[in-house]
Amino acid sequence: MKVAITSRENSIDSIIDSRFGRCAYFAIYDTETKETEFVKNPNKEANEGAGPASVKFIASYRVEKAVSGEFGFKIKSLMNEVNIQMIVIQEEKTIKEIVDLLNK
Amino acid sequence: MEIAFLSGKGGTGKSSICSAFISLAKNVIAVDCDVDAANLYLIFPPENTIETSYISGKNAIIHQDKCIECGLCKELCQFDAINIIEGKFEIDPVSCDGCALCFRQCPSEAIEMIDSDNSKLFFGDFRNGSIIYGRLSPGEENSGKFINVVRTLAKEKSKELGIENIIIDGPPGIGCPFMSTITGVDKVIIVTEPSMSGLFDLKRTIDVAKSIMQEIYVIINKYDLNLEVTNQIKEYCLEMNIKIVACLPFDKEIVDAMINSKTIIEYNYDSDISKRIKEAYQIVFKS
Amino acid sequence: MNIAIASGKGGTGKTFVSTNLFKTFQSLGHSALLVDCDVECPNSLLFFDLKKLSDTIVKEYRPIIDTNKCVYCGLCYEYCEYNAIFYVPELKQIKLLDNLCHGCKACTVACKHGAIENSSTEIGQVSFFVDSEKHIFLEGRLKEGKIASIPIIKSTIKEALSLSSDFVLIDSSPGTSCPFIQTAVRSDYIVLVTEPTPFGLSDLKQAVETLDSINKNYGVIINRSGIGNIEVYDYLEKNKIPIIAEIPFSKEIARYYSEGKLAVSYLSEIKELFEEISNKIIKNGNSIS
Repeated sequence: MKVAITSRENSIDSIIDSRFGRCAYFAIYDTETKETEFVKNPNKEANEGAGPASVKFIASYRVEKAVSGEFGFKIKSLMNEVNIQMIVIQEEKTIKEIVDLLNK
Repeated sequence: MEIAFLSGKGGTGKSSICSAFISLAKNVIAVDCDVDAANLYLIFPPENTIETSYISGKNAIIHQDKCIECGLCKELCQFDAINIIEGKFEIDPVSCDGCALCFRQCPSEAIEMIDSDNSKLFFGDFRNGSIIYGRLSPGEENSGKFINVVRTLAKEKSKELGIENIIIDGPPGIGCPFMSTITGVDKVIIVTEPSMSGLFDLKRTIDVAKSIMQEIYVIINKYDLNLEVTNQIKEYCLEMNIKIVACLPFDKEIVDAMINSKTIIEYNYDSDISKRIKEAYQIVFKS
Repeated sequence: MNIAIASGKGGTGKTFVSTNLFKTFQSLGHSALLVDCDVECPNSLLFFDLKKLSDTIVKEYRPIIDTNKCVYCGLCYEYCEYNAIFYVPELKQIKLLDNLCHGCKACTVACKHGAIENSSTEIGQVSFFVDSEKHIFLEGRLKEGKIASIPIIKSTIKEALSLSSDFVLIDSSPGTSCPFIQTAVRSDYIVLVTEPTPFGLSDLKQAVETLDSINKNYGVIINRSGIGNIEVYDYLEKNKIPIIAEIPFSKEIARYYSEGKLAVSYLSEIKELFEEISNKIIKNGNSIS
């Protein structure tokens, strides 16, 4: 299973980005291979609709879960439609710490 | 906590009351989201201001040397932005929505999309914390996005500086900027005044706000100008289950404070109005 | 002549001036039309006893995506500058996000498979009203929750111009962004209403900058004079901006306004002042056209 985690930078020591649609990077973690791939969020500077465009973006990676600091109300219904489960983490954890949590 | 001040119609005293709350919050990030008419900086002159330009969107321009005058762009444009002026096709930047359809379809590649970057964003320190405000270039559109950008910056600064409270002076109206302001804030305070048009706007504002959020408070400013309408506002709020946190009398002192670049709290801490605002502040922040 | 009544800052008395000015134009025997273009919060018609004649619905273009015909090529998604098409080909998902759509039609032009049909959505209305003396009033109104006020302003002014009237008085949106400029470009003369306070002045400057950028002729009414300070006067004098009139601050005027009444009908000095304002506006407006 793949999980998308919003990240401020592109390493496993980076801290989770509290924004979903306008986060800097997505960390795509694969629970089977235990590998993490960092991809730049192309929607960070979008004029409008950064949230929905980011749902599309991570859905194309076939992720099943998304971890971020918050999900806007417009996002939630779209996430349900593409069957991505949302996990909210508001503490300033690193990507590594979140990956550890996912493996528990 | 992120709190936004709003008023359906302008001029209800929203900015004056908002600035009083900022005084009371002491350490706060003040955000002026009334980007069409940003005023908070007049009361809270910032120091060490950092100015950045902001790309508010894109506009199409036609290169006349490449234009073959086929008229396709004019035919396609849904915003009536393309006019024929003295036989030449020209794009009115005010009407152009930046959809890029003309740019994509032009058979002679005569159209280019350019960034509109005349709008500015300011961030600085002031006596109660940090202040963020923006200024759109004249006639610039899309303040909804601008508000998102300003609010995102406010949240970043709040984390970076460890300042917990964000107080937003919101835009008038109930359109796009309004929606962008109330989406995701913790509490909204609507400042109204007792006139027929004030009541009417208040209802419209509450209707829209209620569809998005729960914690809505009302302050009736200049309540003594028309006690009858004040009572109607009270009845309406009761019916809608919305708490009125203050009724403020009409007082020239508010204008006097403004002229002295002070909030009413700073200008006269013990006045009747200040006392009422302090009570409202307690209710909003402690509940 | 189209006269827009505007103000950078809200609440300076724009609606107060529009409504009283309209009443004065009528009493002076001019054929005039009052148009409320403050489409997000239209309320100038509350000051009159009116009967509604009709509504014209204002619509905006919307595409309808037929998922049976769609081949998931993604071209419409690519064409959309507003991220309004939610497109996940991996899951065979495509749909329009109505609240992000600007109605530009780019997706429809892009589609080569006939999978997008033309449709429209209601975003507001232009309403026609009449008073007991058969004077016509127009009001543009944005539907709640909708964000596109510009098409409504455009439609409202278009409807107003189709009626033959010597003077069209337009109560404009507050602020200096798109809605204001859309009203201003369609006007021959703009009356800026301000108040002599630091907030009023700051917003007036922004409105003046905008009007100068589109080469419009304008004058200023200083409302609630007597409160505040003199900075606004210094600014106007320095920039050679004509003051049309000063309306003194009075609690009495504020009370009539709050009751939904026109001050010109009750206070003789205000009636005279507005007659003077009307004549000045007509003179200033004509001197340029």
